[in-house]
Amino acid sequence: MKSLAELAAIREKMKDKVVLREGTNDIRIVVGMATCGIAAGARPVLNAFVEQVNSQGLSGKVTVTQTGCIGVCQYEPVVEVFQSDKEKVTYVKMTPEKVGRVIEEHIKNGKVVAEYTINNYKA
Amino acid sequence: MKELSLNILDITENSIKAQATLVEILIEETEQVLTLMIKDDGCGMDYDTVNKVTDPFYTTRTTRKVGFGVPFLKLAAEQTGGGIEIQSCRQNENSAEHGTVIKAVFMKNHIDFVPLGDICSTVITLIQGSCEIDFVFDHKLPTGEVTIDTRQLRQVLGDVPLSSFEVITWIKEYLAEQYENVK
Repeated sequence: MKSLAELAAIREKMKDKVVLREGTNDIRIVVGMATCGIAAGARPVLNAFVEQVNSQGLSGKVTVTQTGCIGVCQYEPVVEVFQSDKEKVTYVKMTPEKVGRVIEEHIKNGKVVAEYTINNYKA
Repeated sequence: MKELSLNILDITENSIKAQATLVEILIEETEQVLTLMIKDDGCGMDYDTVNKVTDPFYTTRTTRKVGFGVPFLKLAAEQTGGGIEIQSCRQNENSAEHGTVIKAVFMKNHIDFVPLGDICSTVITLIQGSCEIDFVFDHKLPTGEVTIDTRQLRQVLGDVPLSSFEVITWIKEYLAEQYENVK
C-alpha cells in the first residue's frame, strides 16, 4: 500500500539535492504538447524522456519541459533540444522508441541524431 | 484522439493557460454513462468566447488559425449521443468565483465511444508540466473510487517540487494501485 509516509521520506532524501539542482541544468528538452502534439502521440514521448533522463542519472544537467504548439503540426510529435551556446535542434515525428537514441547519442555524447531532425524531413 | 484521456490532457492545458491555480478533473462512471467535468479557477471567458470555443476556426494561438481542442471533445461526446456544456465566469466580473467548468457526457455503450485509456499518464503529465498548479483528480466507478489531491501531497512534500521524478513515480504507482483495487 502506497502511503504519504513514503512522500515524507522522499522529502527527506531530496533536501540537499534541491539546492544542488538549481542553475546546473544546461540542456533543456522541450516537448510540444498542444492539441496537435497530443493527438500525434506526444504524451508517451514526453514520459519516455522524463523516465530516461532520470533513470540514467541525467536530471542534474537536463530538464524536460512541455510547451504549446511549436508551429509545425504536420511533423508532430516535435521535440526541441536547447543547449547554451549551441543551435537549437528540432526533432520531428518522435516516438518513445526514438527517445533512447536521442538520449544516448545527443544528450549524453553531444552527437545530434540527424535522421530524426526536421532538416532531414524538409530536404 | 485515440483515447479520451488525451482529450482530457488537451482540455486541461486550456485551464493551465487560463492561469488557474486549482484544476479539478472529475469523472463519474455508471454502467452506461461517463460524465467528465474539468473545473478551473482560471481567468474565465466572456459569453461570446464561450460560444466560439466549439468552433474549430476559433483559437487563441498565433501559430495556426485553427483550434481543435474543444471541438474534438465535443465531437467525441456527441458521436456517442452525449454532449458538452461550458460555463464560465470572468475574473473581472466576479473576482471571488471565476473560472471555467466544462462538462462532457458520453454514452459508454455506443459504438463510437472512445475508451478513457491511460488516464494515469494524463494526470502525471499534467503534474510534471505544471507543478505550481494544484490538481484534484477523482474518478468514481461502479466498483469504487480513485482519487488524488496535490494539495495534500504538497503539505507532506514541503518545498520539494511535485514534478520531481521521485514524486511523479510515487503518484504513478499510487494511482495504479488504486485502479488495481477497483478493477
